[in-house]
Formats: sequence, C-alpha cells, structure tokens
Amino acid sequence: MQLSRRTLLQLSAAGAALSVASVALPAFAAIDELVIAYNVPLPSWDPTTGPSAVNPTIQAIYLSVFDRFIGQKPDLKPEPGILTEWGWNEDKTKIHMTVRDGMKWHDGSALTAEDVVWSLTRAADEKTGNPIQFIWSTIGNLKADGNKITGDVIRFDPTVFMWMYFLTGFVMPKAYYEKVGAEGFEKAPIGSGPYMVDKFEPNAFVRLKAFPDYWGGKAEFETVTIKFVTDPAARVAEVEGGNAHVTLEIPYEEYDRLKGGGKLVGTAEPISDIGMIFINDIDPMLDANVRKAAVMAIDKQLIIDRLLSGYGVPIDTLETPDYTAYDPSIKTPHDPAAAAELLKSSGYGPDKPVKFTIQTTKGFKPKDYEMVQAIVGLWRKIGIEAEIEVYEIAKHYELRAADKLAPMAFYNWGNSIGDPTTSTGFAMFGPSPHSVWDGKDLIDMIAPLWGEKDEDKRIAGWKAVDKFIAENALVLPLLQYVQPIIAAPGVIVTPHKSGALLPYLMKRG
Amino acid sequence: MQLARAFLIRLLTTLVTLFGVAVIVFFVIRVVPGNPIAMMLPPGASDADIARLKALYGFDKSIPQQFVIWLSGVLHGDFGTSITRRQPVLDLVLNRLPATIELAGMALIIATIIGGFLALTGTRLRGTKTEAAIDVGSGMALSIPDFLWGLLMILLFGVLWPVLDISGRVTPSLQLPFTTQFYLTESVLRLRFDLWRDIAGHMLMPALALAIPLSAIIGQLLKQSLKETMHLDYVTLARTKGYGENHVILREALRNAILPTLTLIGVQFTFLIGGTVIVERLFSYEGLGNMAIDAVINRDLPLIQGIVIVFALLFTLINLAVDMCYALLNPRLRHG
Repeated sequence: MQLSRRTLLQLSAAGAALSVASVALPAFAAIDELVIAYNVPLPSWDPTTGPSAVNPTIQAIYLSVFDRFIGQKPDLKPEPGILTEWGWNEDKTKIHMTVRDGMKWHDGSALTAEDVVWSLTRAADEKTGNPIQFIWSTIGNLKADGNKITGDVIRFDPTVFMWMYFLTGFVMPKAYYEKVGAEGFEKAPIGSGPYMVDKFEPNAFVRLKAFPDYWGGKAEFETVTIKFVTDPAARVAEVEGGNAHVTLEIPYEEYDRLKGGGKLVGTAEPISDIGMIFINDIDPMLDANVRKAAVMAIDKQLIIDRLLSGYGVPIDTLETPDYTAYDPSIKTPHDPAAAAELLKSSGYGPDKPVKFTIQTTKGFKPKDYEMVQAIVGLWRKIGIEAEIEVYEIAKHYELRAADKLAPMAFYNWGNSIGDPTTSTGFAMFGPSPHSVWDGKDLIDMIAPLWGEKDEDKRIAGWKAVDKFIAENALVLPLLQYVQPIIAAPGVIVTPHKSGALLPYLMKRG
Repeated sequence: MQLARAFLIRLLTTLVTLFGVAVIVFFVIRVVPGNPIAMMLPPGASDADIARLKALYGFDKSIPQQFVIWLSGVLHGDFGTSITRRQPVLDLVLNRLPATIELAGMALIIATIIGGFLALTGTRLRGTKTEAAIDVGSGMALSIPDFLWGLLMILLFGVLWPVLDISGRVTPSLQLPFTTQFYLTESVLRLRFDLWRDIAGHMLMPALALAIPLSAIIGQLLKQSLKETMHLDYVTLARTKGYGENHVILREALRNAILPTLTLIGVQFTFLIGGTVIVERLFSYEGLGNMAIDAVINRDLPLIQGIVIVFALLFTLINLAVDMCYALLNPRLRHG
C-alpha cells in the first residue's frame, strides 16, 4: 500500500485526536483507582512522635492507615472506633475503656486491648518523643482484662478522651513495632485503618490498598493513590487534565472556575480552622482603646467577600459555631465611627496615628498577606498606622514561644476537637507557650477551668472567658476558613469539619 | 605529572571548601529565626516539656558543642537523623540524589542539543531572518525563569493537551524491578523500555523547564564562538580549498569554538542542579531539591545540613571534573 502525503497527514491527525481523547477520558470514565492530588507531603509514618504527629494537614493520610482510639464523625463529634465505650468513674479518679472485638492489623494479627494499653503507655513515656505526652501522662497504671481496660487518673484533665480522637491519639501495633523498630516501621508501616500502604515514594505519592478486614467495612475504592502536589496551580492542572480525581486547598477563584465549568463538582464547607490576630500585651496594646478600636474598625465580611470570594465565616471569638463553647450572643460589631471615637479619647486620630507593627505570613494560608493589607487600610482611615512585617511560619512559632511577637500577629489556629481548651485555652492562657497575652485577670479566669470536673460548669466558664476577651479586645478573631474540594463527577466526597480529606468517606457517584 | 599535581591541589582545596561550607551552614541555620522545637511544641507545653524536647533532639547543648558532635559523626559517616523523617540523613540524601542527577543530566542533554542546533543553524544562516528569529527566541528563553516555563508546560501539556504527567517520577501503579535509584539509567540497562518511556515521560516537562533557559545560553555562546572562529585564517583556507559551508562549520570551526562552551556547560550544570529545587517542587518530583524545601519549611536542621553538604560536594566535584576535562582537551594547558 502506498501512502500519499495527504493520507499520511489525515492519519496523523486522527492518531493525535485519539491520543488526546484517550488521555482526557479517565476523569470521566468509571474510576478503578482513585487519585487524589494532596497539598502536603507525608514526612514520617509514625503518627505519634515527632513534628509530623502534630501537623494537622497530614492527619487525613494517617487516618487512612491507622485508627485513633476513638472515632470522629464529619461534624467533629466522637463516635465508637477501636474503643466502643469510655469514661470516668463517679469521682473521676479512675478511667475505663472497652475495646472492640474482632479487629485486625494489616498483617492479619489480632488487635487487642494489649495494643491499646501499650499505645497509651508509650505515648505517655517522655522518651518516645510524643509531643502530646503532657496529656497522655495524666492517666496511668493501665491494665487490660479481656477487652476491658482500666486505669488511674494521675492528674484530672477533662479533655483526655477528646485527645483520643485528636493529634497523636492513634493505636499502634505493639508486636509489630517491637519487632521492626522505629526505622523498620518507617519503611513498612502497618495499622488497622481502612487502607494498607502498598507503595510509598516520599514527596511523590503513597499508594493505598483497601484493607479487606477493616472493622468498619471495606472501603469503596480498592486502590487509592495520593499524589503529593504542593503547588496549587499544579493541583488545579492535575484535576483539570484528568490526572487526579480529587484535590483540595486551591485558590477560591480557581474553585469557582472549575466548578462553574460543569465538568467537575465541588464542595466548600467551613472547617475547624480559623484566622486570627494575636495581640501582644506590649505598648501600644496596653491601651484598651487602641485594641478595641483596632477590632471595631475591621469589616470582616467585606474582607471575606472581596478577598476570599465570599468563602469564610466571620467570627467574634476563637470559637466557631461548631465548637462546644460557641456563644452566638458574643459580638464584636464593625463600627468605624465608634472606633475613631475610642482612638480620639486616647489622643490618636488620622492626623496623629497610633503606630505599631503587625506580622503576617505570606502565602501560608489563602490571602493571608492580602487580608492584613486590607486590615491595615481600614485602620489607616481611623488613625492607626500599622507597618506590615512578613515572616515565615517557623519564625512565628519561635517568637510566640518566646513571647516576642509584634503588638499584632496574624495566625491560623486549628482545633478539630472543638473544645475551648484547645482554642481559647491554649491561645490565651498566659503561661502557655502559645499565648502572648499575659494579663493576670485572664489567667485567674482560665486557671480553674483546666481541671473543672463539672462539664456544664466548665463550658459556661469558657464562655465567660470568651466574653471577657471580646469585651476587652484581647485577641482579634477574623474568620472561620472554608475548605474548597474539587472532584470528578464519579466521586462523591464527604467533607470533614476537621479539614481532613478522607478517602474512606469517598464513594462512587 | 603537572596534571596530577594540579588535581591533588584542587582536591585539597575542595576539602577546605567543604569544611567551610559545613561550618557556615551549621552556624547560620542555628542563628536564623525559627527552630524545630518551637514548631512541634504541643499546645499545653510547660518549660519542662520544652527542655525535654530540646534534650531529645540534642539542642540543649551549646552550638559549638553541637557542631563538634555533628562533625565527629560526619567523619564516621553519620550525618545524624532527620527530625521530621526519623531516618538517617545520609540514607535519605543518597536515596534522592540519583533522581536529581538524572533530571539535571537530562536537562543538560536537552539544553545542549537545542542550544547546539540553534547555534549551528544561526551560524549557517547568519545575516538572515532565521538568525534574527533565533536571537529573539533565545532572548525570550533567557528572560523567563525555569519555574515559569514549568507552569507554562503544565498548562500546555497537562491541561490543554494532556499528554504528559504533571507530577511524580513514575506512575504509581507500575512495579519497579530496580535495585538503584537511577531509574532512567537502570531501565535502559535492563532493556525495560516500557518503564523508560514512563520515567522519561514524567521527566520531560521538568527537564524541559530547566533546559530552555540553559539552551539559550549555550546557543548564544556557541554561536558567538563560531562567529569568531569563522573569521580565522584556517577557516578561510578551508573555504578556499572548496569545502562547503556545512563542512567548514561542522568539521573545521566547531572543534575550536566548542571549548569555551564545554566549560560553560560544566559550570552551568552546577547551576542546573541548584535550579532543580524549585522545578522539582513544582512537578512533585522526588529529588533532593524537593526534599530540601521540606527540610527548610520544617526546620529539619540535620537534613538541611546533609543536603547542603552533598550539594556543595557535587558542585566542587563537577567544577573539578570540568577543570580536568578542559586541561585534557586543551593542549596548551596539558603541556603547561
């Protein structure tokens, strides 16, 4: 057969069209292997030790392979998991837990109460490097009898069971870990979660296989590949080009564009992370008028609408509506006229502005720097002249721990158990390394709440603390973040309020 | 003999350079704000908790003491343990290095081919519109940084015409029979061209992003060298002998004109490896550069030290190799 130039060109064009079609098809065809373009890489497989253990952004991967002691529903409420029952005795000097029967580790061995006791004891041992050791060490003398566990309360902490579905609250395989050691575990981790690790290439991807014996039922997708794609533009390209089925944490403008295009579906739900501004009790923040004026001058809804395409929920305290101690009656209204009056009474105004520095990250959270720029613009109108200092998040942590933040500093706070101790508590209690407000009146209000055994009294106490903070403008809460998730039409994603994108919760559309 | 002596002297200066780098890196990363302990502080940490964590990671000692401990470990082949990855630093670095070397190598080959082709074409068609177009194209290639080329390629070949993989080094579902991390090389040696195609497909976009600016540099320098050589007497003699223009450029002028370009390629290779940091991140390519960014974000001091030392070692060795090659190729240097 002889090929003419025209025939050759026609065949080439047909071939090219076919190749494009074959590449573009997978996103819309039936999904055999779910591919997720994830925003952060996984550094380490031990979810209980080292810095990774307290990194909220990678908990979704841990939760795919490991189980926490207690489960957590998408609305942040606890649910039976490995433990089916838990609690204190009447005077809260003892604890008791019941371990679910018939569970298995990924290597086929049985998960028993011994594993739970070992995991809790190991977490409390300061030599293992568990960052939350200070909580786990509040219980001890744990003993397993069949599937029942009992123990002593060494120091009462009302949140100890909440930490069992929070950072480092994972059950680890005793026999396997002791056999392979820390290094061996990093190379071949096993857990009891819905997925088993099939292949792991750090900084590139982790490939997971559904665990057939998972106590909660086998996952819908047999194989899940989580690609670590740190660049937001590349993540958008991954889903748009059909190389990934699901992605998250993309710019809101891109989210709207992709969702509006009709080929992809999306969800944008508020999560437990908030944006806030720390106020350090140094000059000029010792002047209550300056603080109150700074808070009142900010139109939070305007910032959300203009900079975040409307994706965000304004907040007045460090508690979001999903947190236990949320009190809708506490309001910090936007009132620039009143703010100007307050400044005037302290001798400041547009002609004689009060000056200070505000620190912020740039690009660590969506539009963080731009939000601070907008705030500084709003302040300028009433007589506050703030100079913006950009720093890395690592520097923020160091300055905060040393109580050396600027008078104001932007930060994002995550609290996926929704308890006031892990939001207002640690952020505002002077002796905590995470607080920069050291006022004695606030310390005196918070101190008794740490060990309060009456739950109603405890929550009421925290609400009173939040009210006091709002009335005196000791911190500047801004917004509750909304997490954008984009998916191919073949996948139904159930968002989790903690912000964890869980493959186990994904179903076929 | 002279060459061997020069080699020994360069080797000694390399060791001094490496020691200097080690000292600077060790002290600088401990002085700049942001330490790993502050980043992993639990919410309710007390002073005792902070002290415990510092002791656990060896930050409770003075910086000179830490340096001595670290240096004695390095001399015994122990670069410490990564704080975030909980694995020996040397293992982590050696595991990633081949990926970066292969990527930089592929970029260099692409840049040399494109740059060489542009230079030869520009020389052959000098004074024409084609040469002007090549100059304009080179200017554009140079003025756009590699990561922007990367983004452009993602848009073109990842979204508009999705024929290449955007992220990673290999398709996750493939089973790899390799014993080393030199995937591309090993796939060729094992005659596994199915794997080679997949690995090269993943590597093509990041390699092109790195290669485009470099190809412009190579092209411009080689074209300039060729232009100068074309006016030399021996080239004129070749022309008068009746050789065609292609023969004159390829057989006569190129041999002399290529020497400065070879030096440049060697020097640029080190910059190319440095450039992989951003490009690897953009394409989620699992090389040393990508790991370096994570190490810096997480203030993983032992890992940062290990990566910088390896980068420095690589740079000095490449420069040494380039100098030696140049000496071997250049008779004037070879014979003193």
